[in-house]
Amino acid sequence: MKYVMLIHQGDTPTPLRPELWAEVPAAEQAQIAADYQALNETPGVQPGAGLQLPETATTVRVADGQTLTTDGPFVETKEALGGFFFLEADDLDAAIEIAARVPAARLGGAVEIRPVQEW
Amino acid sequence: MVTSAAEAFREEWGRVLAALIGILGDFELAEDAAQEAFATAAERWPREGVPSNPANWLVTTGRNRAIDTLRRRRTLAEKTRLLEAKAEEATEMDEDATIPDERLELLFTCCHPALATEAQVALTLRTLGGLSTGEIARAFLVAEPTMAQRLVRAKAKIKAAGIPFRVPPDHLLPDRLAAVTATIYLIFNEGYGGRGELAGEAIRLGRALAELMPDEPEAQGLLALMLLLEARRAARFDPVGEIVLLADQDRTLYDAAAVAAGRAALDRALALRGRGPYVVQAAIASLHADEPRDWEQIAALYAELARLTDSPVVELNRAVAVGEAYGPAAGLALVERIEGLDSYRYLHSARGELLARIGRTAEARAAFERALALIDDDAEHRLIAHKLRAISR
Repeated sequence: MKYVMLIHQGDTPTPLRPELWAEVPAAEQAQIAADYQALNETPGVQPGAGLQLPETATTVRVADGQTLTTDGPFVETKEALGGFFFLEADDLDAAIEIAARVPAARLGGAVEIRPVQEW
Repeated sequence: MVTSAAEAFREEWGRVLAALIGILGDFELAEDAAQEAFATAAERWPREGVPSNPANWLVTTGRNRAIDTLRRRRTLAEKTRLLEAKAEEATEMDEDATIPDERLELLFTCCHPALATEAQVALTLRTLGGLSTGEIARAFLVAEPTMAQRLVRAKAKIKAAGIPFRVPPDHLLPDRLAAVTATIYLIFNEGYGGRGELAGEAIRLGRALAELMPDEPEAQGLLALMLLLEARRAARFDPVGEIVLLADQDRTLYDAAAVAAGRAALDRALALRGRGPYVVQAAIASLHADEPRDWEQIAALYAELARLTDSPVVELNRAVAVGEAYGPAAGLALVERIEGLDSYRYLHSARGELLARIGRTAEARAAFERALALIDDDAEHRLIAHKLRAISR
């Protein structure tokens, strides 16, 4: 099974928000970095990308041929995507175990597991 | 001994469907195949007699039908090849060899936490219970198309998301077993309120789970609890349909066979050193079947259950038991400490009861009135109104 693992940041402290990140103890910062590193090296994981903050997002819609551009993410900032990676796993249980290892999942964010359409 | 297709359906549906899912790896295909196999049986068995191993016959027939179906779907050529390989393996089985019992795999799949609770319940009743979509829809008071869609979505998610068909490995088992027992108990509770067929269905599922996992104390505990609660059914309502409280129930109306079966399951759970929430609840239910009741023991078990579950509702039950064991003032003291149940009607009715017993009538009346305002069930409404009249005299 192929999955895309969508990391929703929520209130997760990230180095992109230095004032919040500074409140995270150094040992925890190191642990988070190590966890992401270990995740990327896990068999089946194909690294995706970490995204810039949702505030930098631009949302585009087309209505009646008109392109409508708005500032900000499609969803609420709090619910916006912070990053993603690909996973090849035997089944959903294996994917859930990987998802549970994503630091954002324990730091106020969440991981959404989406099976990839197979043709 | 299975003597007709109708009987086979009840006995074998879950097992046949589970085996077909195991072989075919696809819920929808397996369900269609099982349905066709049972339809063929209904047509042939009366004429040709019941085969010596009905389950094997049904699985083999269903599998062959599924292969035909897949052959017709040319677009699935690759899957057919895969299936033929699997089918050949299966054909090599001795005709009379027992098909593996994969109901447990099916149960864990249906109760996977990635499915919504209502989907888990519907899917479990459909696949293992063999209830029709219409029967499940009526039991849960939803329109049949709504229930049909719920089932289709759940099956589609199992396939698309890759929910595995297996008994979870040890490190996942405690959580997943808790999900299975919760689903079965939920079905039971839907039935406990009056729809008896659901309670019976839950007990059937609980019995299957206890048989399939003989070393899991919570599986035995759940079965024990359901049997012991169900034993009270005839005593729970009086002849005109009014609720009879546990304290006032006529214990001679309890189903003695169900009490004995429940206690036997409880003994098995205790022998396995079970001390989980279902085992403790079953032990409490067992004590409630005795006359006179050992309230001190009941209160002690509720204290243990409160520690296990951290639930204010359990804390309320403990307070009531303490009230019986050590007097209403002791019970009331515990009730007053409970937090987070302000909109729970039983908190107010229990509080009213304890207050009335120590003569604080005005406060008791206020508590019963609060309970009354929170009730949406007619029979309960009348019960509390009756208590209000009694203290107002």
